[in-house]
Amino acid sequence: MEDRKLILDIQDLSIQYRVEGGTVHAVENLNLALGYGENLGFVGETGAGKTTTALGIMRLVPDPPGRITSGRILFEGADLLRKTEDEMRSIRGGKIAMIFQDPMTSLNPVMTVDKQIAEMVLLHNDVTERQALDRAVEMLELVGIRSERARDYPHQFSGGMKQRVVIAIALACNPILLIADEPTTALDVTIQAQVLELMRELRRKINTSLVMITHDLGIVAEMCDKVAIMYAGRVVEYATTEALYNRPVHPYTEGLFNSIPDIDRDEEELKVIQGLMPDPTNLPSGCPFHPRCPYAVESCSREAPGMVEIEPGHLVACPVRTEHRLNSVGWKGGAGR
Amino acid sequence: MTGNTIVEVKNLKKYFHTKKGMLHAVDDVSFTIDKGETLGLVGESGCGKSTLGRVMIRLLEATSGEVRFYGDDILKYSSGRMKDMRKRVQIVFQDPYSSLNPRLSVSDLISEPLLVNRVCGSTAERTGRVLELMDTVGLARRLVNSYPHELDGGRRQRIGIARSLALSPEFIVLDEPVSALDVCIQAQVLNLLNSLQKQFGYTYVFISHNLSVVKHVSDRIAVMYLGKIVEMSDYQSLFKEPLHPYTQALLSAIPIPKVGEKRDRLILEGDVPSPIEPPDGCRFAGRCFYRQEICTRKTPELHEIEPGRFVACHFARNLSRRSS
Repeated sequence: MEDRKLILDIQDLSIQYRVEGGTVHAVENLNLALGYGENLGFVGETGAGKTTTALGIMRLVPDPPGRITSGRILFEGADLLRKTEDEMRSIRGGKIAMIFQDPMTSLNPVMTVDKQIAEMVLLHNDVTERQALDRAVEMLELVGIRSERARDYPHQFSGGMKQRVVIAIALACNPILLIADEPTTALDVTIQAQVLELMRELRRKINTSLVMITHDLGIVAEMCDKVAIMYAGRVVEYATTEALYNRPVHPYTEGLFNSIPDIDRDEEELKVIQGLMPDPTNLPSGCPFHPRCPYAVESCSREAPGMVEIEPGHLVACPVRTEHRLNSVGWKGGAGR
Repeated sequence: MTGNTIVEVKNLKKYFHTKKGMLHAVDDVSFTIDKGETLGLVGESGCGKSTLGRVMIRLLEATSGEVRFYGDDILKYSSGRMKDMRKRVQIVFQDPYSSLNPRLSVSDLISEPLLVNRVCGSTAERTGRVLELMDTVGLARRLVNSYPHELDGGRRQRIGIARSLALSPEFIVLDEPVSALDVCIQAQVLNLLNSLQKQFGYTYVFISHNLSVVKHVSDRIAVMYLGKIVEMSDYQSLFKEPLHPYTQALLSAIPIPKVGEKRDRLILEGDVPSPIEPPDGCRFAGRCFYRQEICTRKTPELHEIEPGRFVACHFARNLSRRSS
């Protein structure tokens, strides 16, 4: 892992929320690495801890009730958790930018969109207001909004256009890392296609690293080189998109793929994962997935599994499946395949 | 129209008065549904699919048109007669978080339709029916005294389904029943709906914006755009060879969870235009990549161009030839 240049290296990150009736272990011992120019998909269901992780990177976890209890978040080699609030303020929106899920609520309704972009530019650059507004118009054109609409208010734009404005704000200061939290979830599918196309195009132009948080495995397949699957605050599988989609190993990943109706095939019944997400204040012992897991053995309820690298760059937190896999690979190799 | 038709919708319109003018939410829609089948209704937000679902069971009054249930126009029914009818047509709503009264327990929620329609005489009989319904939809009996806020979305949606099944309906409108749910829970609810249909022979209208879900559940699919049905056919032909340009764009826009498969993507320009006082001509003309002069002049009718395949496009035949 050390040999490639990392822009983001999260080590043993744990984030907890103290709530009435217990502690929510939103993120537990999370390890994740992202190289320069890479695009990482961050997939999981509601409550898996995806957004909390993103807020952790931005140091925006609401405290109280949230608290980063342990770990390091190395951004370009320096630990973000050791930065002062002032230093963080210049990083947020500067080197790291974030796109939030809901474009309807992340814009200021009483401010024209060019001013909202200029606000960001002024905050991070030593420019005049005039220059900042020029930059705003330039950014709007970059995301496909004509300059004559620069003085419009958010309510005058449709959902897809508002999301373009949000993207323009995020990219206004040339961030080197972009965190997009469900950027197209609130949009219709044809508008989503437009926004994803735009993001792909901008990525070619600007070469930002991207963390794409989503619950949609289809979007990841299109946008990302690497995927991390998250369950109950932990990454359970991490691999290149190609490896994870063609050779999923963790039982949860497998269950997730089986739950999606396949558009190219007819299936009578979907194979479902039994049961529900565990209560985050009362996670099962050992592997948090074991009560729902069809492959669980007795030891799964005792030991929390560590990540095992089953092929270069493909990490899985499941001793049962990886042991089986490593053995079978070995055996096949022995048979001369 | 075959002998097996349960619902026939004819020239149905629903307009809303707004400050800016008349909003054409559902504009001259006609189709039939056979007994025991599932008709999928897809389209993007604001295309009128939910309004259509509601008008069909008279939760909204139609502006004009007919909805025939076994040949009888229910839009002409008196409110008394309609109340009887409501036992036979039911709806499941989208959002299990806001469609259940938070102050009623599971047992109250499921027995409500029984009480309102006075179908179970004694309390004991009613409790029995509630438990039976809970078994049917896969809710554990121990949850009978729980309140909605104690349950997750999947279980709440099961309550919504149990409520709609309480009166043993024949026809159920499912309005985005799984959209608010995570994929794993969504799969559980889809399997439940499927097995209920097999067991009781329900007829469904399944409204959704999610095309892979619609394809999974539907026998036939109708695609809506700005209040109109632009294409309708069996699910296989629709996905294999979409004829209407909008359907083609819609299908190509779905992100597919597979790698290494290149798909030709048609990116539509612009947004859905306003449904208020729409101009003459094809509603899709402004965004269509095959647009000709006639498209902005003349509204295309929904024509059956092959048995069972309906398309509302002046150039449907040409487009199909082009793609085959």
